[in-house]
Amino acid sequence: MHLAYPASLAVLLFCVGLYGVLARRNAILVLMAVELMLNAVNLNLVAFDVWLRDTLHAGQALTLFTIAIAAAEIGIGLAIVLLVYRNRGSSDVDRLRDLSERDDLETGARGGGSREGKSLAPATDNDADDDTDSGFDQARHGSSDAGRRPA
Amino acid sequence: MSPVTTALAHAEPLQPLRALQPLAAGHPGFLSPTGVEIIFLLVGLVTLGAAVVTVATKQLVHAALWLVVALGGVAVEYLLLTAEFIAWVQVLIYVGSVVVLILFGLMLTRAPIGRSPDADSGNRWVALAVSLAAAATLVTVVVDAFRATWIDLEQPVGPGEGSSEVTGMALFRHWVLPFEALSVLLLAALVGAIVLSRRQQAARAGAGSSGAPGKAGGN
Repeated sequence: MHLAYPASLAVLLFCVGLYGVLARRNAILVLMAVELMLNAVNLNLVAFDVWLRDTLHAGQALTLFTIAIAAAEIGIGLAIVLLVYRNRGSSDVDRLRDLSERDDLETGARGGGSREGKSLAPATDNDADDDTDSGFDQARHGSSDAGRRPA
Repeated sequence: MSPVTTALAHAEPLQPLRALQPLAAGHPGFLSPTGVEIIFLLVGLVTLGAAVVTVATKQLVHAALWLVVALGGVAVEYLLLTAEFIAWVQVLIYVGSVVVLILFGLMLTRAPIGRSPDADSGNRWVALAVSLAAAATLVTVVVDAFRATWIDLEQPVGPGEGSSEVTGMALFRHWVLPFEALSVLLLAALVGAIVLSRRQQAARAGAGSSGAPGKAGGN
């Protein structure tokens, strides 16, 4: 078998996964695209191991390690996604922008980067429903409405 | 579908030209594929199509189910590359546990059943351009680099290269230390997942005692 066939298939799978990571909005769909990219790497490892006939079987051993690490990664990743969903009410990666610079620029021109200006910006950013309020701001302003937030 | 088809269209015209050139003595060309290559191509097309549907569909549960097809196709490719043990590990871990975990995650985050209009982000065209450029570049480079490389799939007498006997021998003779480190990593991941869940339960208990038990039970 030509090595170009599995190598090309791995490249195309990787690029499909790349598109999924960049274009998807749900965090779980992003994790699925990451799995596709990891499988492309595994396919490359197996193909090159069979081609080189390594006496240590480095490619197949590394593939097994990659599969185990991918299983651990998907477990931790899903735990984080569930935690974000419970705190924010959404697993939408486009709405997790507490660390973005743009809010600081908008409020910096208006209020000089004060605490009030910063705390207003995420509230206007995701004002679709009350459950998606930023948990950090609520923690900073005390727990007056902690019961309203989904725990 | 479009990233793949354009990438294939980019790669296809290269192959007949190179098959005509005598690159190496006794080197089989691309125009006379063997049976294994034909099966590999067909399974690869199915795998690639399933992967594209996985990243393109708007139904979240369907995406997880198409991911099963893609991962199973990769397992068949492992079998065709004579890596039997890897193939069955792939079926067990990926198709068996990872997809089940993803389905549980979709259910626990209350993914909408049916078409969700906001499954794709606003920058999907930028993502499409980036992945198309990466696919074109990488396919060109890979086909150009490995057009004369031939994998000899003929097995010597005895256990095959990818059988569980050979893999286990290599794993427990030469790769024992990474194997044990990996078990420590799995333990760390397990403890990490438990810690993530425990903190959440403590916060839920605190919120429930502070006065909204009905809301806390909703999770």
